[in-house]
Amino acid sequence: MSNILALIEVSSNGDLRDSTSSLLAAAARIGSPVAVVVTRPGAGSALVERLGNLGAAQVVLAESDQAGTLLVTPQVDALAAAVSTLAPGAILTVNSVEGRDVAARLGVRIGAGLVIDAVNLRSEGLTIVATHSVFGGAYTVESTVQGRPLIVTVREGAIEGPADAAVPVVTTVSLTSDARNSAVIDEVIDLVVTSTRPGLRGATRVVSGGRGLGSPEKFALVDQLADALGAAVGASRAAVDAGFVGQTCQVGQTGVTVSPQLYVALGISGAIQHRAGMQTAKTIVAINKDADAPIFDIADFGIVGDVFTVVPQLIAAIESRGKK
Amino acid sequence: MKIVVLVKQVPDTYGERTLDPATGWIDRAGSDAVIDEIDERALEVALSYKDSHKGTEVVVLSMGSKAVTVGLRKGLAMGADSAVHVLDAALEGADVGWTAAAIAAALTSTGFDLVIAGNESTDGGGGVVPAMVAERLGLAHMTFLESVDISADQVAGERTTGQGTLRVHASLPAVISITENLPEARFPNFRGIMSAKKKPFRVASLGDLGIDPAVAFAGVGRSVVLQATKRPARTAGTKIVDEGNAGVKLADFLVAGHLI
Repeated sequence: MSNILALIEVSSNGDLRDSTSSLLAAAARIGSPVAVVVTRPGAGSALVERLGNLGAAQVVLAESDQAGTLLVTPQVDALAAAVSTLAPGAILTVNSVEGRDVAARLGVRIGAGLVIDAVNLRSEGLTIVATHSVFGGAYTVESTVQGRPLIVTVREGAIEGPADAAVPVVTTVSLTSDARNSAVIDEVIDLVVTSTRPGLRGATRVVSGGRGLGSPEKFALVDQLADALGAAVGASRAAVDAGFVGQTCQVGQTGVTVSPQLYVALGISGAIQHRAGMQTAKTIVAINKDADAPIFDIADFGIVGDVFTVVPQLIAAIESRGKK
Repeated sequence: MKIVVLVKQVPDTYGERTLDPATGWIDRAGSDAVIDEIDERALEVALSYKDSHKGTEVVVLSMGSKAVTVGLRKGLAMGADSAVHVLDAALEGADVGWTAAAIAAALTSTGFDLVIAGNESTDGGGGVVPAMVAERLGLAHMTFLESVDISADQVAGERTTGQGTLRVHASLPAVISITENLPEARFPNFRGIMSAKKKPFRVASLGDLGIDPAVAFAGVGRSVVLQATKRPARTAGTKIVDEGNAGVKLADFLVAGHLI
């Protein structure tokens, strides 16, 4: 089985990011997973056991004093070094901002083709085939790369983990990058996480609010239903532009694409750009005052009504069921 | 300061967008073509710097079919000083790697201090070409910037990833991409539209850029589409008008679907 490199993302406090399980599971589908982790010297060994539990057969700890100060350059260098020693069949990164940057630069550096935003991977003999969901799920596309290895960015949460646990073989390498061609990280301003709600990417349930909520204060209704359902909070671009909620919540063409089991759209008209970010949800529920809102064309259950009367009644019904 | 803005023509997201089932490529004839909105914002970043810094030169650069001319003319009408169109039949069906190679060669021929692109297009949505161009040119890149601060010898800004916000900077020359957090673009005015017709507009083939596709693209992995299938459209399910008990009915629907 060929080696499949998986670039593991580490948060600024040194923890494995949530994407790790899914990425190693993706690697396990097409070969033997090799986790490549870039950390400051000494900080990586604490991660080895958990990487093994998530399916890594090998772990490459790339230690660099520049980790956290040079923007993605140490990660590119670590993968380029691992490519030359391990001759992998494929290199996987998360389809995040950072993962795409690394994949892009690595692709040019080693002359490998790039496959972006895969939602599934499989081997057909020596060929690795990636599946994509294009134009907001309107098309399913299969692609591959002429020549090997190929580099794939994998959509966060698209492939369910974990893979079978392993006791990994660990290699430690130390790394010094050329700082001249790299942007510099001056400061990390971490997101202040104020709730225990699930993150939007990869969430199994999402409750989103639109312009129909009317104000930032009234947008709290979306939070309340999300908490009653254990769901992540999303929003339409109109709600984001109106300042009801931050841009990181935006679902749609230029925001996050979600494919949850349940998507609840509150006061969202359903412009084509919004639908592109959520129409692959398994079940769609919509509540809107406007009976002609296009969101109803794709909703499995649509209610023409006022979100401020329907949603509190729904929350009460969910809570009373919980008490039984 | 010479700023080159990369623009891409995409199918209008307000209409239906289709793929050619035979090639898996975007059916560009099947929908209205526009400059991607995010690239107009990238141009706005350059133009607003030019507004406050006399002597700044702004170039709009695109790779694509003949139809791209319209978008580049709009960029000139908005205030760019010149346009470069990389046009070559050999680039039909180019993947991100080929695209980046062609754009990097074009940038070498124009010269630049700063390259600004949109973070990701609304059609392919890959978001990788700017970083690939930077690697080809041996320069620093900063993608997905939510704020941009250009000075004489460096560019700085903030970018948010899923886990946090970073404050970053790079020395010029550099390649950056911006998000829709940056301001909307200005509209071309009448004077701009009239003067656009007189501005330099260069069309360059791969040969003009010194690229022999047989050599430059040999041995470079290229992504290819094997198959494209249209998903059946979603259909509307139950739709009710609230008569005072819709919340309870919705709860029943969710229970029946084992969703609560």
